[in-house]
Amino acid sequence: MLQLCLTVHTFFNLAVITFFYFSRKSASFYTSIMAVEFEGGVVIGADSRTTTGAYIANRVTDKLTPIHERIFCCRSGSAADTQAIADAVTYQLGFHSIELDEAPLVQTAASLFREMCYRYREELMAGIIVAGWDPRRGGQVYTVPVGGMMTRQPVSVGGSGSSYIYGYVDSNYRAGMSKEECLKFTAEALTLAMERDGSSGGVVRLAVVSEQGVERQVILGNQLPKFSTV
Amino acid sequence: TVPVNGSEEGKIKAPKPMKTGTTIAGVVYKDGVVLGADTRATSEEVVADKMCAKIHYIAPNIYCCGAGTAADTEKTTDMLSSNLTIFSMNSGRNPRVVMAVNILQDMLFRYRGMIGAHLILGGVDCTGSHLYTVGPYGSMDKVPYLAMGSGKLPAMGILEDRFKGNMDLEEAKALVSDAIHAGIMSDLASGNNIDLCVITKEGVDYIRPHRESIYNYKRQAKYKYKPGTTPVLNKTVNQLELVHETVQMMETAGSS
Repeated sequence: MLQLCLTVHTFFNLAVITFFYFSRKSASFYTSIMAVEFEGGVVIGADSRTTTGAYIANRVTDKLTPIHERIFCCRSGSAADTQAIADAVTYQLGFHSIELDEAPLVQTAASLFREMCYRYREELMAGIIVAGWDPRRGGQVYTVPVGGMMTRQPVSVGGSGSSYIYGYVDSNYRAGMSKEECLKFTAEALTLAMERDGSSGGVVRLAVVSEQGVERQVILGNQLPKFSTV
Repeated sequence: TVPVNGSEEGKIKAPKPMKTGTTIAGVVYKDGVVLGADTRATSEEVVADKMCAKIHYIAPNIYCCGAGTAADTEKTTDMLSSNLTIFSMNSGRNPRVVMAVNILQDMLFRYRGMIGAHLILGGVDCTGSHLYTVGPYGSMDKVPYLAMGSGKLPAMGILEDRFKGNMDLEEAKALVSDAIHAGIMSDLASGNNIDLCVITKEGVDYIRPHRESIYNYKRQAKYKYKPGTTPVLNKTVNQLELVHETVQMMETAGSS
């Protein structure tokens, strides 16, 4: 009888420990995000998985967050941190835009992100790609990785799944691609990342930001491009 | 640990804070939102409360299920409710669910995860029916169906299997009830009864309990002792002597 009691108690401890394990971890986007510049705008894409430990908390997350009418950010890292930063920058950029009475520049948005991510680099875990269109410089992609660096790149990948697609991106990117080519390129790159990275998955969310505005699409799991795998 | 009588053997551990190891779930259906929760609150291995209310009132059109540390979910939802009541009085509007979510996010992010509140917020406002989850670090997700707490894995299994868009009321209630039931069966820290809360544009139906546990035991015997059970051995009376009496007048608001 005592043996049985001990077994039950140990099992309950395990269950409690499991709960503690889940509750200690914050929700994270160890993810795959990507942005590509083209003539007239940018194409951005992300997967849709949020994890707390080994549990997928949300399998249809939207990691492409609008910061202004024609400026988006792709979020990776801690879900709470990136949501809070994006909210703060949206406010600051909106205020700045009203003061200026003009659409803000993508570089301004990226600088605001960099300012926050660098100043609070010890407390935050956020890797962000800022992409959008402004009348002065057209489509631009700025990457603000963990640590708070900011740099402009024609194509940028981020998140844990990006490690698996650097080779693919480097060999397949050409300057001067059209919008449709960019969309196909992004969708394929993200699919490959989602194939190999456990923390990325779900659906592929894409958006095209240009002078005409924003077009969003979703590619469901069963409609993703197929690659032959051994 | 606290030594009892100064001896090494009789050490008692201080009790841990009460957690609602729990199963909570929510579903958006055709006319509104259905929220569900179990009613067990545990303090480590003891069931501290068999009929705990985990569905908290936030506003007339917004309710919130809380998992995590019981005190944190209670206080957080109370504060949120106060804030929204003040807002309603100041602006003359019913609060929107997204406003409740933003206030919660701000607060929980500021406390950097130290407030152990995993919340499911559901409500109906002028923009429609919404279901949100807010995590202890301040992350937010907006989804049509959701389960949280230690029993969320089995509950999520039921929800993933049977959720459809635009369900009607009975289907939605049965789905949430079955999801909580799965959590109760598969998780030791969830149990006892199932509460449901149906929120629609017309009003709220708080069904407590929706389904009672079949293990409702009645006490077999009375534990009261008859007077005279304990024999009186002897009796001593000490008269207290009045030594000194003073009267002090206090200033009260009514005095002139």
